[in-house]
Amino acid sequence: MDLALTENQQMLKTAARDFIEKEYPWQKVRDIQESETGFSQETWRQVTKLGWPGLPFPEAYGGTAGDLLDAAVLLEEIGRGLLPSPFTSTVILCGLPILEFGTAEQRDDFLPPIASGQRVMAFALTEADPRYEASSVTLEARRDGDAYVLNGRKLFVRDANIADHLLVVARTGDGGAPEGGITLFLVDATTPGIETALLKSAAMDRQCDVTFADVRVPASRVLGKEGEGWPIVEWVLQRGVLAECAELVGVMQKVLETSVEYAKNRVQFGRPIGSFQAIQFKVADMATDVDGARFITYHAIWRLTEGQPAGDDIARAKIWVSDASRRVVREGHQIHGGIGFIKEHFLYLYFRRAKTGELMFGTADAHRRTLAASLLD
Amino acid sequence: MDFQLPDNVEEFRSEIKEFIDAEWPESLRNKSQTEISYEEERTFCKKLAKKGWLVMSLPEEYGGKRRSILEQYIFQETMAYYGAPYGTTATTIVAPTLMRYGTDEQKSTFIPRIAAGEIDFALGYSEPNAGTDLASLQLRAELDGDEYVLNGTKMFTSLAHKADYCWLAARTDTDAPKHKGISLFIVDMKAPGITTRPLWTMGGGRTNQTFWDNVRVPVSQRIGEENQGWYYVATALDFERIGVFPVSRVRRQFDRLVEYVRTADFGGYRPAQDPDVRRRIADLSTDLEVAQMLSYRAAWMVSQGQVPNYEAAMVKIFGTELQQRLTHTATQVLELYGQLLEGSPHAPANGYFEQAYEAAVMPTFGAGSNEILRQIIAARGMGLPRG
Repeated sequence: MDLALTENQQMLKTAARDFIEKEYPWQKVRDIQESETGFSQETWRQVTKLGWPGLPFPEAYGGTAGDLLDAAVLLEEIGRGLLPSPFTSTVILCGLPILEFGTAEQRDDFLPPIASGQRVMAFALTEADPRYEASSVTLEARRDGDAYVLNGRKLFVRDANIADHLLVVARTGDGGAPEGGITLFLVDATTPGIETALLKSAAMDRQCDVTFADVRVPASRVLGKEGEGWPIVEWVLQRGVLAECAELVGVMQKVLETSVEYAKNRVQFGRPIGSFQAIQFKVADMATDVDGARFITYHAIWRLTEGQPAGDDIARAKIWVSDASRRVVREGHQIHGGIGFIKEHFLYLYFRRAKTGELMFGTADAHRRTLAASLLD
Repeated sequence: MDFQLPDNVEEFRSEIKEFIDAEWPESLRNKSQTEISYEEERTFCKKLAKKGWLVMSLPEEYGGKRRSILEQYIFQETMAYYGAPYGTTATTIVAPTLMRYGTDEQKSTFIPRIAAGEIDFALGYSEPNAGTDLASLQLRAELDGDEYVLNGTKMFTSLAHKADYCWLAARTDTDAPKHKGISLFIVDMKAPGITTRPLWTMGGGRTNQTFWDNVRVPVSQRIGEENQGWYYVATALDFERIGVFPVSRVRRQFDRLVEYVRTADFGGYRPAQDPDVRRRIADLSTDLEVAQMLSYRAAWMVSQGQVPNYEAAMVKIFGTELQQRLTHTATQVLELYGQLLEGSPHAPANGYFEQAYEAAVMPTFGAGSNEILRQIIAARGMGLPRG
């Protein structure tokens, strides 16, 4: 057993933290969030230079052959600094499944530009029924010669507004059970018939409403096999859940750190408020929530990377992190008092990020159902 | 025991409801705080004034109606339910304090105009270093002839950008123990030397930071005696024991949630059919009833001439924390739709629940932090020794 980060991971963490703290004070983050696209080409160029998009890919594709644990270390720092970037969408939700399930041609086509930061991607799964379930997928893909024609609508698609390609989950047939008949497509986002509109989400993370009207996709762009896509979606979701959890650990970490600082320095009744037991109890609960969140997340990621069954652990991670992140931000606000209620205060951004994270990739309740089913059925 | 409100109170409730239906229609009730303009609120308050409801507890000669405690209570609960403005610094703090401690001239100058809804007051209590520990406030008031000269900074000076006057707490004696060197003033907001900086809150509303640079105020606008201000501030809280936190504000959110969930259909997913959603709704309904009972108990005590100091604290703690639970549950049962903001395509009830979730952050530390109130319950209520 060794619960410490490796030397490389520690270096990655330190470098990421230094970079974000130096280059991206929260006011700058807010400015990017409030810009028209919510995306900064300059930021993406910088993190590409640091090698982030190539992190989990083999060297043959221009990557640095890291794994999901390495990515989690990075994501925690991204969450801590709320750095806006399409890292998760591009690398975790699209690049990794292409590496795992793509043909040689697809891998050659997609992975080098992803690893070098040239290509941004978005994962289009959720629809009007926002649950992460096979039965929620209704977007239709009909075979037409050597192509498929896509019709339907996706909602809550992060980064679709800036993506060059989309990984789209569609229904190609009635496979009996909802899990049957699902197929994934690698779709050029400039294909005629695709329209993208921005939603306004709490996290300001540019989720989109994407409509598909007779969108033609070559049959060579099917990821995996026709009708056998749902296991790939589940594979992606497991990583998506954990990436979200890792970012939220960073969100919680930042709120904890700044709340402790505030409690040490804010003087009321002639003493730092952190000397009052009421505040100490809060800080103790927050610290426990953060440490619990970090280790339950890393443990699930470790099991996944070790090839062990990890479904229950992933569900537990999201249940805990969804609720704990809300508690930590709440107590952070309570400790900061009035000043934290001002929109100009950085806490506002963390509060909203936590709300979106709580719901993204399944609510705590959704994962409770999954976990209970696994334990009881 | 009798949980039934007296007939006259029920009749009054109906009268208020009729008034609201006419003057504060559905279109305004469902607006967020950012959408309702100050002018809309003022116009409405003038209508309240015409009914004699703006300062209804005061004697008739000051524009009041001598309404009973339970009538006042039902008024607040009904108005809060419909999101209608009803209580301001002017009506809840200034008018009752002047009635008790003001000079005849102060009473006749200000109270009739407050009762008529003609003037409004900013609240100048908090400072950058005086929040929960309000008595440590430092804004200085120095006597110079027949005027005081004010210098310092106030935080969260609500309405400073609109109000005609400020109800201001300032330090008049720097040598006395902190509670004993504070005086209260009414300051004309047009006086030279006041600068106002907006602070936009998560609730959507605006408050202010105000800077006071050699602002002069006549001695005649000091309230009561010099250095007795803290005592007046504290007793003003007594006027608010029944209105510490209107449970109906949460009931309104609950009712809107139930109404929304009942018919919500997200691409075939019906949250109302979801057992987890159903359990949460049932729990919230139960919590809400507990909040209502604690609130009735405090109001009943006041109506009996008792002082519910720890009982009122329970209402505030339970109500504000329930509001946080309710609004986070609302955003949760709406799944990903719950994080969509006002103005976003597909936002349920135009982002009402997300907005409510943001606004619910403040009440647990504003107007008496729940930590301090818990100490009151433990020490004053349960007789534990003070820490």
